Amino acid sequence: VPAVGPGAIGPGDVDRPRALVSRPVLSDRVFRITVRSAGSLVLVIMALVGTFLSLRAASALKVSGWSFLTESRWEPDAGHFGIAAVLLGTILVGGVAVTISLPLAMGTALYISEYAPKRLSRTLIAMVDLMAAVPSVVYGLWGFFFLQGHVTGLARWLATYAGWFPLFKVDGAHPNDPLATTTVYTSSTFIAGIVVGLMVTPIACSVMREVFSQAPLGEREGAYALGATRWGMVRAVVLPFGRGGIIGGTMLGLGRALGETIAVYMIISLVVSVQPHILQNGGSTVSALIASKYGEATPFGTSALMAAGLSLFLMTLVINFVASTIVARSRSGAESDA
Amino acid sequence: MTTETRAFEPVRAVETVAVDVRPAGSTAGTTVPAYEPVDQGVREERRSLSAVRAGEVLSVVGAMAAAAATTWLAFGLILPVSGTLGSVIVGVLLFLLYYGVLCSIDNDGAAVRDRIAAAVIHVIAAVLLLALVFVVTFTIYRGLKALPHQNFYTQDMTKAGPLQPLSVGGILHAVIGTAEQITIALVITIPLGLLCAVFLTVSRGPFPRLVRTIVEAMTALPSIVAGLFIYATLILALGFEKSGFAASLALSVMMLPIIIRAADVVLRIVPGTLQEASFALGAPQWRTVWHVVLPTARSGLMTAIILGTARGIGETSPVLLTAGFTATVNKNPFHGPMVSLPLATFEFVRSPQPAMIARGFGTAAFLMLLVLVLFLTARAVGGRGPGQLSRRQASRVARVSRRDHERLLLRRDGGDLQLMDENRARTAR
Repeated sequence: VPAVGPGAIGPGDVDRPRALVSRPVLSDRVFRITVRSAGSLVLVIMALVGTFLSLRAASALKVSGWSFLTESRWEPDAGHFGIAAVLLGTILVGGVAVTISLPLAMGTALYISEYAPKRLSRTLIAMVDLMAAVPSVVYGLWGFFFLQGHVTGLARWLATYAGWFPLFKVDGAHPNDPLATTTVYTSSTFIAGIVVGLMVTPIACSVMREVFSQAPLGEREGAYALGATRWGMVRAVVLPFGRGGIIGGTMLGLGRALGETIAVYMIISLVVSVQPHILQNGGSTVSALIASKYGEATPFGTSALMAAGLSLFLMTLVINFVASTIVARSRSGAESDA
Repeated sequence: MTTETRAFEPVRAVETVAVDVRPAGSTAGTTVPAYEPVDQGVREERRSLSAVRAGEVLSVVGAMAAAAATTWLAFGLILPVSGTLGSVIVGVLLFLLYYGVLCSIDNDGAAVRDRIAAAVIHVIAAVLLLALVFVVTFTIYRGLKALPHQNFYTQDMTKAGPLQPLSVGGILHAVIGTAEQITIALVITIPLGLLCAVFLTVSRGPFPRLVRTIVEAMTALPSIVAGLFIYATLILALGFEKSGFAASLALSVMMLPIIIRAADVVLRIVPGTLQEASFALGAPQWRTVWHVVLPTARSGLMTAIILGTARGIGETSPVLLTAGFTATVNKNPFHGPMVSLPLATFEFVRSPQPAMIARGFGTAAFLMLLVLVLFLTARAVGGRGPGQLSRRQASRVARVSRRDHERLLLRRDGGDLQLMDENRARTAR
């Protein structure tokens, strides 16, 4: 009888892992096929959107070639069309929006996570989240019927005293004439940018607040123990920890701001030409161009609009990916117990 | 010992007896000083733990008053400038300046920076929250002219021309349109979105990763491009007419990635231990998903769906391209143009007539109330994290558990009876 035990195994015997074959039962196979087909269907739909957009856009791009990026006119049926003007307008609206929303979102996020009393902060979080769900047409109404009338004074002041800066220049303005009409300051990129900025602030704010509130307690208390004031603690712990959230939240907001249609379309008076003066009446964005031109467009004109839409999509896509990468890479990533 | 015991300090009257706290029989060890009775004449004062001090409050109030006075002086009397917005901006800047000066009188640099930073953050938060509240109240206030009319909810705009007063015409067509479009969109997106999210959670490998990447990419799709896609395929290429169905397809294309992403996030934080416990008990995968994963994440999934719905209801641009415009009630989503609430708002305020603009604001206020109701529902349903049960859910779980316990007891006793029967039979043989 051979001895049984660990010592008895000869050098030739090697433990080989058993082949583990798991055969799912029938119900599981049905389940897996169902969910997999749902996933595939979603993939097909999304791929369809992408490929169809690209195909239709390609037929327009073939005609225009590289001048699509440099041409500022939009006369697709005459062969002159490009996104130089509308893309510049989109970026300007997005730039104004971020300038407005970054300090507002950061300050409010810091207030909610660091300064507000605990009971109040729950209410504030709900309020900010609710504001992110308010339809954009409501912001558009406010911008058109209220803000427009009240912000022209500020715009005139900026144009008068900062007009030497090319962005703030206003053609056709008479700053020294007290009876001059203010219509030259209405329907501008600036006003549209403020409205869009206010609209995306709640989105950016809730991302930042989420990240700020995850700043580790030990490091916070360490900063206090070393004698830091509250602001010192925020600067030394919360802001460095939440840097990814700040950048990511701002870029998510920027992505929404670039794609926003209806609020911009209501406020701005569409001028498809290179117009870098943000305080001046008239401006353009890609989405406002699509919303105003799709109705009378010929099939080729629709293709050209598709190309414009595709370039907008690519821009927001890049921004969103960079944003989510930054949020995921930063220390702010959520730890789950899985 | 005579003590004057007052009603508000009963403890001290008792504690005036010195107690030897050393354990009996031990001479070495901790020496505890004898308790000295507190002098009854001196009343202890509770120390204030509050961070708010009178001096700070005073300096805030003083800085505010000074800033208000200077602004009034500058804007009203001295400088040739005017405007509400400008005076508010100047006032806030002056307040920060004065406050900094006041703080620097009796604080060092770090404390002054702390105070100013706190003041700036409070101001920013107040500005944003006031602005957001103002956007909402402005819309409701301007809509108040239209909202009290009962016909606003029961009629469409067939008989109401641009010059008709508010007592004629309403938004019934838009309410019906929104209801039908969002229903169709939800019928498409909820099953597809949830199944896809489940697929992303239960599967491993390159294919789900590809799907997840594509879905994340599509959340960046601007809503107008989703509308343009449906317009170009369904209406231009396939020759369908502009209809409510086309609009709900556009909304679905827009909402699907949003719902999938939100649901995926919620499903991924379901604890792996719960799923492993279910597998260990021998449950197949679909039972684990159906009985463990989905119930655990239910509130989060509801939140994802409701927030997606709120986005879809408020979206104008995809509907603008695909639904067409009409002033009459159209109950058939597959035929003829159909208007939704945001689109109706947009079309109303394009008119210069005050009555039409009031209708536009009324429609926007109604839409916002709808979003508010959806949002509150989402909060009520999804306010709890996974595993935290409402009272009703907890009592149901307790009931089920009691029933299981009884069942197990019954089975054990039944098993015993059977065993007894067998034994009896054996002994009889």
